[in-house]
Amino acid sequence: MKYLELTVGAVLVNNFVLTRFLGICPFLGVSKRLDTALGMGGAVTVVMALASCITSVISNYLLVFTVNDRVIDLGFLRVLTFILVIAALVQLLEVMLQKVSPVLYRALGIYLPLITTNCAVLGAATINAESGRSVWEATVFGTFSGIGFALALVLFSSIREKLELAAPPKAFEGTPIALVTAGILAMAFAGFAGLC
Amino acid sequence: MDNTILLYAALLMGILGIVLGVIIAVFVKLFSVKSDPRVDLALELLPGANCGGCGKAGCADFAKVLAAGEVQPANCPVSSSEQIAAISLALGIDAGEVERMQAVVCCRSDIGEVRKMNYNGVQDCVAANMVAGGPDECRYGCLGLGTCARKCPFGAIEIIGQVAVVHRELCVGCGKCAAACPRGVIKLVPADSEYHIYCNSPEKGANKRHFCKAGCIGCRKCEKLCGSKFKLSGFLSQVNYADGAVVSGEEVRSIHCPVGCLLSVEERLEAAYNKVKGNKK
Repeated sequence: MKYLELTVGAVLVNNFVLTRFLGICPFLGVSKRLDTALGMGGAVTVVMALASCITSVISNYLLVFTVNDRVIDLGFLRVLTFILVIAALVQLLEVMLQKVSPVLYRALGIYLPLITTNCAVLGAATINAESGRSVWEATVFGTFSGIGFALALVLFSSIREKLELAAPPKAFEGTPIALVTAGILAMAFAGFAGLC
Repeated sequence: MDNTILLYAALLMGILGIVLGVIIAVFVKLFSVKSDPRVDLALELLPGANCGGCGKAGCADFAKVLAAGEVQPANCPVSSSEQIAAISLALGIDAGEVERMQAVVCCRSDIGEVRKMNYNGVQDCVAANMVAGGPDECRYGCLGLGTCARKCPFGAIEIIGQVAVVHRELCVGCGKCAAACPRGVIKLVPADSEYHIYCNSPEKGANKRHFCKAGCIGCRKCEKLCGSKFKLSGFLSQVNYADGAVVSGEEVRSIHCPVGCLLSVEERLEAAYNKVKGNKK
């Protein structure tokens, strides 16, 4: 049951984009074409999984510790440390990919800098910390949240490719009709509520 | 007590910052990749909007292919002409080094093409082409619904009557129209070539004549008179751009194409305008 919530729950029920409304910027920005959406989705999944793992290590072992039998709780530094670590992590990942796998770097490289301060990644880390998940649980949640983000992005970009051919009223052309569509897609995802 | 927590907080952030900084510095040294300095130069001069209008994933991606010489600075639809000039100056690539191209809509469907149905759907070539292969009898001709004209960032394509025509003085040869056209009727040709075959159908001449008065019938008259400057593919004659063939006006007059496919860019534009005027009368 616990893992159902961490997997199916993260992908469908509490989808980061369509239910929690986190990471809307890349959702609208990189969803014009299916191939860029796939690239961005892949990059976010990788970064979310890694970031969830490392930030949960930090929140579980570095932010709360005991000195001389006294508990020191540095929970108020959560956002600060998470952003710092995620930004550094993305930088490291980019530098490493460039050398180790130029092919993967070309596929993901462009999107990585965009993720540095993506609120969906920070959101996954914060949600993990607040629900007190272990490192393993946090990593699973992060991975599947990323997959959920990718799913939303791929669905939306497929719709937007079709939208290009439609003829909406002049005032709705471009972003307005995209936002309306995103709203309807979010309503569809609301149907998953209560699944687990 | 508050002071100790403050101390620990400062200590943690300080150590975290230093450790991460050192790790990044070490990694950058370890995994350094030598890159073309022109990529960074181009990236600085590009607008940095990452709009993807050039067909690449963002400005950084565009800068890379720019430095590699695969595209022209003019392919960036956001940069003004001054910015494009600055980029080509900085990278040392200009019009002289990269062959200037222009788009040509190789069709005269306004002159003599028969429609097989009335299409009242979405006014877009891609959509129209999906309905039973398009409303025209000819499966290769221009649909005239203006997908290319809307894609053109420079406003170089005009829909005159039922057919798209390129204004060569506005066309920079970016190829967005050719990529947008669902029928591939728009060809990118060297900008200095004047005469083109305005037909795109490789079907048999007799078949074409049933529904189009202006289609190339593959009579080989041009090939016989000018040799390798023309090349037949299927039953469609084409100017042999690949070998740098430039057809002169004199040659065109001596050929005297029996269906009138072989036209200069100006003649084509004029014919389209005259056709529209004639319709109005």
